[in-house]
Amino acid sequence: MEALLTMYDALFQPFVEYGFMRRALVASIAISLGSAPIGVLLMLRRMSLMGDAMSHAILPGAAIAFLLVGSLSPFAMGFGGLIAGLAVALLSGVVSRTTPLREDASFASFYLGSLALGVLIVSLRGSNIDLLHVLFGTILAVDSSALFLMGGIASISLATLAVIYRPLVVECFDPGFLRAVGERGAVFHFVFLFLVVINLVAGFQALGTLMAVGMMMLPAAIAQLWARSLPAMIVIAASSAALSGYLGLIASFHLRLASGPTIILIVSIIYVASLLAGPFGALRRFYARPHLAG
Amino acid sequence: MRQITTLVWIFALTICVSDPVRAKTLHVVASFSILADVVKQIGGSGVIVKGLVPPDGDPHQFEPSPDDARTLKEADIAFLSGEGLESWFQRLANASGYKGEAVVVSTGIDTISMEEDGKAVTDPHVWNSARNVIVWANNIEKALSAASPEDTAKFKSNAASYAKQLEQLDAYANVQIGAIPLGKRKVLTSHDAFGYFRRAYGVSFLSPIGLSTESEASAGDVAKLIDQIKKEGVKVYFIENSNDPRLIQQIAAATGAKPGGKLYVESLSTADGPAASYARLFRYNVDQITAAISK
Repeated sequence: MEALLTMYDALFQPFVEYGFMRRALVASIAISLGSAPIGVLLMLRRMSLMGDAMSHAILPGAAIAFLLVGSLSPFAMGFGGLIAGLAVALLSGVVSRTTPLREDASFASFYLGSLALGVLIVSLRGSNIDLLHVLFGTILAVDSSALFLMGGIASISLATLAVIYRPLVVECFDPGFLRAVGERGAVFHFVFLFLVVINLVAGFQALGTLMAVGMMMLPAAIAQLWARSLPAMIVIAASSAALSGYLGLIASFHLRLASGPTIILIVSIIYVASLLAGPFGALRRFYARPHLAG
Repeated sequence: MRQITTLVWIFALTICVSDPVRAKTLHVVASFSILADVVKQIGGSGVIVKGLVPPDGDPHQFEPSPDDARTLKEADIAFLSGEGLESWFQRLANASGYKGEAVVVSTGIDTISMEEDGKAVTDPHVWNSARNVIVWANNIEKALSAASPEDTAKFKSNAASYAKQLEQLDAYANVQIGAIPLGKRKVLTSHDAFGYFRRAYGVSFLSPIGLSTESEASAGDVAKLIDQIKKEGVKVYFIENSNDPRLIQQIAAATGAKPGGKLYVESLSTADGPAASYARLFRYNVDQITAAISK
């Protein structure tokens, strides 16, 4: 009985007692539900590194919004980041369809320019009044308005994904077929890029632009080590991300570690464990079990 | 200290020999806005002071521009507060090719050491007690006089009158805060920058982030702070002009602490703000804090 109580104290008490822990938990669950499925699709489309590029592209928009509004308003900075991210996504889409440059190359060029612009804008102001928090985020400081923004984005993202799921998946595997049945693949591609950007905008409120990608790509990689069907992957990705959010906050609470990096580190640990133990992980390849054994 | 003084002497002498006209104006660099103001007060009209971290900037974290490096390279003297505040300075000095010594103005101050994550660290925010700034003023006067001996009398009289002003500020703080019962003198701030204020004027400060703004808060620390605030009955919180206010606002919301306004903790305000000089900054902070805790 006593052990049970200690367990309760360790695992649930922090969330019962402290509002900021509850908000941080809800925030990380919202991010998991929105970002992880997007990450799975990004990975299937062989665009894993694009999330990273996008997260940097968001910076100048957030910085300009911060300078215009003069405060760290989640909506203003989110909106600025959205515009900057979409601009980079659209421009690289156009470039890759009209020039010999492949999409990853044009992405790389545009995001580097965008990142440089962001850093320049930040330093122009002279005072670096914690714009670093745009890079690193503060999940413990998530307030109700930021929470509404994240929840809203997760809902929009899931709903949109449900609507465009079939054409998007077809476009992943067989773009020619989609064209043959008279659908425009590019439309779905851009809607998908829009979802990538809004999810990164949600993520950087809590984890910063550097870590938001972690909640998108690492769960997707974990999912690939455990499942083969797309729905299963999406479920595994979202739940492993949410679990990491919970475990990360608990660890940050008891061990006094900075919260954002702890959460991402827990996802990484799950990833490494999956590499070793997952049915499609590395160990299984070396120690293949004989059929019909035991 | 003697070696530094000799170096400055040699440096000053070479300037005198090579270019007697330029020796009249000293070009001086100060690491951040508060220190720049104090140097200006003592240097007077003959000294051109450039502060590196601008008003409203955070002196713990600073991204220097090439212009800053050039200013530093051309400076006759560089003033630092020291005690671990300007961790970026040495890199900038190396990069710019600045040959002179940096004068650490906090030398001689009885500093506060604290335990932070198992290591003893010195609290660098010495200027939040007006008495410590008198030490600054004397150190600055010595360095300036060494660099420009013919102006020694002027620097000495400036330093003396400024010290008088600082003593008045110190007395003002003691009177204002002394009128409030000890049990009510509790305030929540975003980072731990008021150690010297606490020691000099008997106000206790709680904060989620340690001495430097470079660290990030953990969930455990924030929870512990919330408990402590509830237990000790802290009623007001302040935000800082050079810091992210979001975390402190969350903590305040969880504990019911009311906003007391803004404090100018480690940088001046811009010229049109309420804390454009050190004297105004100090008085403004004292007024803000007394107004908040006397309620």
